[in-house]
Amino acid sequence: MVERRPLTSLLTHFVLVLGVIAIALPIWITFVAATHDQFRMNQVPLPLWPGTHLWDNLNQTLFGAGLSGTEGAPVWLMLLNSLAMAMMISLGKIAISLLSAFAIVYFRFPFRMTCFWMIFITLMLPVEVRILPTFEVVANLGMLNSYWGLSIPLIASATATFMFRQVFLTVPDEMLESARIDGAGPMRFFFDILLPLSRTNIAALFVILFIFGWNQYLWPLLITTDTSMTTIVMSIKQMLEAAEQSPQWNIIMTTALLAMIPPIFVVISMQKLFVQGLTETDK
Amino acid sequence: MAEIKLTDLTKSYGPTEVLHHVEGEISDGEFIVIVGPSGCGKSTLLRMVAGLETVTSGEIAIAGRRVNELEPSARDIAMVFQNYALYPHMSVRENMAYGLKIRKLSKAEINRRVEEAADILEIRQYLDRKPRQLSGGQRQRVAMGRAIVRDPQVFLFDEPLSNLDAKLRVQMRLEIRKLQQRLGVTSIYVTHDQVEAMTLGDRLMVLNGGYVEQFGTPIELYDRPASVFVAGFIGSPAMNFLPASIEAEALILSTGVQLAAPQVSADLAQNSAVLLGVRPEHLVPDEIGPIVIDVDMVEQLGANTLLHGKLSGSQHEIVASVPGHVAAEPGSKHSFSAAPELLHLFDPKTEKRLET
Repeated sequence: MVERRPLTSLLTHFVLVLGVIAIALPIWITFVAATHDQFRMNQVPLPLWPGTHLWDNLNQTLFGAGLSGTEGAPVWLMLLNSLAMAMMISLGKIAISLLSAFAIVYFRFPFRMTCFWMIFITLMLPVEVRILPTFEVVANLGMLNSYWGLSIPLIASATATFMFRQVFLTVPDEMLESARIDGAGPMRFFFDILLPLSRTNIAALFVILFIFGWNQYLWPLLITTDTSMTTIVMSIKQMLEAAEQSPQWNIIMTTALLAMIPPIFVVISMQKLFVQGLTETDK
Repeated sequence: MAEIKLTDLTKSYGPTEVLHHVEGEISDGEFIVIVGPSGCGKSTLLRMVAGLETVTSGEIAIAGRRVNELEPSARDIAMVFQNYALYPHMSVRENMAYGLKIRKLSKAEINRRVEEAADILEIRQYLDRKPRQLSGGQRQRVAMGRAIVRDPQVFLFDEPLSNLDAKLRVQMRLEIRKLQQRLGVTSIYVTHDQVEAMTLGDRLMVLNGGYVEQFGTPIELYDRPASVFVAGFIGSPAMNFLPASIEAEALILSTGVQLAAPQVSADLAQNSAVLLGVRPEHLVPDEIGPIVIDVDMVEQLGANTLLHGKLSGSQHEIVASVPGHVAAEPGSKHSFSAAPELLHLFDPKTEKRLET
């Protein structure tokens, strides 16, 4: 036990408060900037308290042309694009990883371990390393400027397969034997027993993958040229460089605020399962 | 009619043979216990009957039908596992109904069977709970319920009581026996506990190192053990073994003491060495008895007293079990005699019983 003394107590609180400020201040400034109009944001000193233009800014960002004077897509479309990409990546990854882990753990087929190691080796080859060949492949398949192009190359990954393999290995053999005696075939066993048993792990993985997909920057930047396929994360950067005029901080910050909401929503709504999935070991 | 026939059954993992030419016929409604030390192949044998392990050679037939190649679900069996193997995410009701649902029975029929089984096992009030909300004994009942609802031709039990505490084990043992008698389903039960085996089984199959040592009723195994292994395995405390020889119709212990010999087959050569087996409870205190024990430890069990010691004049360990309380000091000598018909003779080389 740590000793309880007023001084240490004060010190720990001081450090904690400092930490909270360091994390919360940028978000607060983002929020404040999203509540003022363009002119106030270009005056020094910058405001520290919320203004009155939040709804105007939201309206202009979401449904207007966004940044005035550019040809950018409206932000609601970007949100939709990001959402589609993040969902396709996380659901696709989970589906494929579940099935491949199922095959590797529960079926005896030739070159089973070879398959496993081949999947495993791709851990060393993230998108950034194989970006040129991957682009080539995607371009040849005609998937540029499409949701498929945005998500499929990112779906291939070993982490999730590896994780589900470990999860399945913790399921007692008797569970499978019991299901066999009950007359459950492989797919029935998969859907009725394995899936419910790995429910928390799937949720944890979904949270991680959703944020991973949502935050993709480099890959969408490369393969989308059509503004209607822009994702919100890349658009924030583009807004900064937009046009010759000074940055419209109110709009940019509103966009940033909007970009934060879906990941936060996913984390909060799946928090309980997420923690269970990472800590629970017994089946 | 669900009789089981095992014909020349062998199991190998790669080049290692773990079960050797197992033969056995189990008649309809019989309760068979396969017993043996860990690693003797008893679970493997059960799992082969269940269809969870492949058969290397030989044949398993259930109700006259060869089942070697059949999936477990097609063999019309039900199995109770040591760790119960209940599906943790399903309620007790769903656990019991799962197999029936797959077999596409009607909802009403499933409900009827589940509730009937729940009544038999007195778990009706737990039907909507999850397995983790139940105690070990209750889970055990659910596991049996899952077997009962299938209404199978054969029950298979794989050490189902070894995760329970001693008191509950005794209680569940009786319940399993009563249940099996009531349902009249052919059952195979695997255990390493010889008391469990003796109390449950109509007949016992004693396995050792992948060989069937003996297959018979508990009393046959107790009265006429076929080998040194069975003799030592069945009965508690274990049988005493003393080297001896046969000379002119008499049995001479290594210390030179002469005992009245049991009936020995004629072809047993004179002067041949034998291994004498005598159960501790068959040593009767007798002032002038030939078997003298130098007692070095006394265990008071209440109903009887165990005298541990050495056969006087030798280094052979010997135990006597005497009814009631006996005042015995370590270091004292006690004399015993044993009825000739309660002596067992074994060949010291093959360790097989010498027919008497």
